[in-house]
Amino acid sequence: MLKDITIGQYFPGDSFVHRIDPRFKIIITIVFIAMLFIGSSPVCLEVGAVFCLMSIILSKIPFKMILKSLKPIVMILAVTSVLNLFLITGGEPYFEWKFIKITDQGVYTSVFMIIRIILLIAGTSLLTYTTSPIALTDAIERLLSPLKVFKLPVHDLAMMMTIALRFVPTLIEETEKIMSAQKARGADLDGGSIKDKVKSVIPIIIPLFISAVRRAGELATAMECRCYNGGNGRTKMRQLKCSPSDFTALGLSLLFMIAVIYVNIAQ
Amino acid sequence: MAILKTENLTYTYSQGTPFEKTAVDNVNIEIERGEFVGVIGHTGSGKSTLIQHFNGLLQPTLGKIYLDGMDIWANKKNIRNIRFRVGLVFQYPEYQLFEDTVYRDIAFGPKNMGLSEAEIDGRVRRTAQAVGLSEEVLEKSPFELSGGQKRRVAIAGVMAMEPEVLILDEPTAGLDPGGRDKILGQIKEYHKMTGNTVLLVSHSMEDVAKYASKILVMNESRLFCYDTPQNVFRRSEEITQMGLSVPQITRVFDMLRQKGVDLNDEVYTVKYAVGLITEELRKRGKIDA
Repeated sequence: MLKDITIGQYFPGDSFVHRIDPRFKIIITIVFIAMLFIGSSPVCLEVGAVFCLMSIILSKIPFKMILKSLKPIVMILAVTSVLNLFLITGGEPYFEWKFIKITDQGVYTSVFMIIRIILLIAGTSLLTYTTSPIALTDAIERLLSPLKVFKLPVHDLAMMMTIALRFVPTLIEETEKIMSAQKARGADLDGGSIKDKVKSVIPIIIPLFISAVRRAGELATAMECRCYNGGNGRTKMRQLKCSPSDFTALGLSLLFMIAVIYVNIAQ
Repeated sequence: MAILKTENLTYTYSQGTPFEKTAVDNVNIEIERGEFVGVIGHTGSGKSTLIQHFNGLLQPTLGKIYLDGMDIWANKKNIRNIRFRVGLVFQYPEYQLFEDTVYRDIAFGPKNMGLSEAEIDGRVRRTAQAVGLSEEVLEKSPFELSGGQKRRVAIAGVMAMEPEVLILDEPTAGLDPGGRDKILGQIKEYHKMTGNTVLLVSHSMEDVAKYASKILVMNESRLFCYDTPQNVFRRSEEITQMGLSVPQITRVFDMLRQKGVDLNDEVYTVKYAVGLITEELRKRGKIDA
């Protein structure tokens, strides 16, 4: 169950998508998200799907991994589609029984929403799948650096994000270990009433918090030992440099999506 | 009848994904009641995966596990009971402590078993004493204690369930030599007093040689051998090739043998070695009888 959480996971590789400058990847992802949300016509989703599929194929990430990233949202998908199906009552009814009414608009909207959410998750998880956390933070830092003018601690924010991302898998592993250990002492984690369930979380949550705090302390010490003092005067070992192919990728995808958004608004 | 028995036990992680890995491959083993088993193997040899099968934390991909002749997965609802009968202490078990007093933490397992208050109280006090925790410590928060003490509280938490089989995964990792000897001594004492089966996973061949009556060696997901220390260390060459060490004293005697000193027995504890050498010297008339 916990193994299904794939947030922040990175799959090392050397594909075209892996090599795109991370800053560009972030921009492309943001535009992609914007397109999905602004777009209200099926064209947007079609283009989004094609774009997403193309990127997945180019990235050489196994398709199974993408499916895995969708697993945790199955419930959300189910709930939204059911809500849309029954609550939207405009349009031609397909089926009517007492207060239940399913219409063509309801079906259309629920399918539309499902595809939109799936594309959203698949597209954004592709970003973390193909970009190492270090590259990701570097890029965020660079992209946000204009905000330094407003005294925003950009470097610190970026560092916090990397650390948070970095520790997702570690904490998952830790949770699994603690769960096993408590199960070995007879903790009943699956069964029982809601009250029992809440109670059974305590033996997991407390050790997890303690170890997270301990890890944070250790990490802080380790960083201090290496003279970390924030971003002031810090140089980068790996400079982000964009190559012509990066611009091609960015240009093409931006063109693609802006066109879609334009078409959609113009409609 | 064997207390623990496996039949073609196989376990594959992440089956059906690119990360598929067989961690335990076709293991057949029979562990007799009352045995003190040392489990050794390289990191990643599958020993930790293997022991998590014995109390039903992992369900085998293939094969069966019998506890006292009963297939533990015959009735899935019963698996919690299996965990009370086969106690497992994980590596670094101090990280699982969560209660506000040591007493309540040790009582967690027995309470889950549904025992009476009086019985729980008796067990907590008994096991605390067995692992060398004083009465005052029982009312303290486990988080105030030293590392070694925390470890003992965690071990006591499993011992208090009085399992027929007690499995400990490297209970001495990260402890200083003094703490290590103390904990191992207490485990040995527990084994002697209760007569229960104990499985001790360890990296230290010296420790295993000193305490175990049988040794289980895992190598590359397979069972290399399960035998008495004497028979296992007779194969010291193969064991060394696996990247595992044999006790220092065994190595000394292997070298002596190469030099032509024929002491025709497998030696794995210093105590036994002293006896053997004294006898040999006596035979040669170098020391008085």
